[in-house]
Amino acid sequence: MNRRKPEPVQVVKQRRDAALQRLVDGVPYIRFLGVRFERRGDELTAILPYSDHLIGNPVLPALHGGATGSFLEITAIVELAWSMVWERMEGGGEAARAIEEGRFPPLPRTIDMTIDYLRSGLPRDAYARARVNRSGRRYASVHVEAWQDNRNRPFVQATGHFLMPRRDA
Amino acid sequence: MTETGGPGGPDPAQIAQVIAEAIPFSRALGIRLTEAGPGFARLAIAYDERLVGDPKTGVLHGGVVTALLDSCCGSAVMLHPSRPAGTATMDLRIDYMRASTPGATLNARAECYRVTRHVAFVRGIAFETDESDPVAVATGAFTIERGEGREGAA
Repeated sequence: MNRRKPEPVQVVKQRRDAALQRLVDGVPYIRFLGVRFERRGDELTAILPYSDHLIGNPVLPALHGGATGSFLEITAIVELAWSMVWERMEGGGEAARAIEEGRFPPLPRTIDMTIDYLRSGLPRDAYARARVNRSGRRYASVHVEAWQDNRNRPFVQATGHFLMPRRDA
Repeated sequence: MTETGGPGGPDPAQIAQVIAEAIPFSRALGIRLTEAGPGFARLAIAYDERLVGDPKTGVLHGGVVTALLDSCCGSAVMLHPSRPAGTATMDLRIDYMRASTPGATLNARAECYRVTRHVAFVRGIAFETDESDPVAVATGAFTIERGEGREGAA
């Protein structure tokens, strides 16, 4: 058998991290909120570092529902976009080259979001992960959960539907 | 009600001032209060390139619309004549009808149409100039916090 030698792990990691960084950096509102993403293989964790301007109730104090809602929506969209980028990147060929040159598929568009506020957001960092429950040709359904100190005590969760871009776009 | 004066919560003028000036996240986004009435609020957010969600189209991020509608719905609750001492979002559903227009100011209107002792029901709409052509609509349930000595209120 004439198998090609696998690429060095650092090269693979660098390519994946660069693609993720490019995807995230392209969205001004993600920068505005200060949201970052960490990657383990294809799994993403979103991080919302605490900042005073995220407060909605200064008396408690508590994070603004719009800030945490935005955080969940960002996490869901990046998860979906990342799954498309990942597929193309790993598939090789022209699609992979396009990603490497920064030509990304169009972003999914939100159809609806139902946000379930379980407890008030404390003035500290928050983390979120999204799970794609359905990903069809046109529609995707995503569940997102965010937590702060304790992974098993989410403070907000959401389910959203998204319109996926055309495959050939 | 046996208390002297009005119900426990702050009066509408105070509420309007808090909504307009004292909420850090609203200030950061540039959300303005444009109208306040009993159980009713109107907010606006000017187009800002820092709030864009898709650089290819220049359309504001859906999260910005969520933040505007959440603020507007919460404001409507606080402006309800039953004068809640405080409120928090329990559940908010947003349906996105269309992308907002790049460059345009986004408006939101919300009404708190029903209040029980502990829960407020609210609906809201986000649009640019024409309410019959909405960008998004929202339905929400909010908590109602009653101030001291308010437990007997209906």
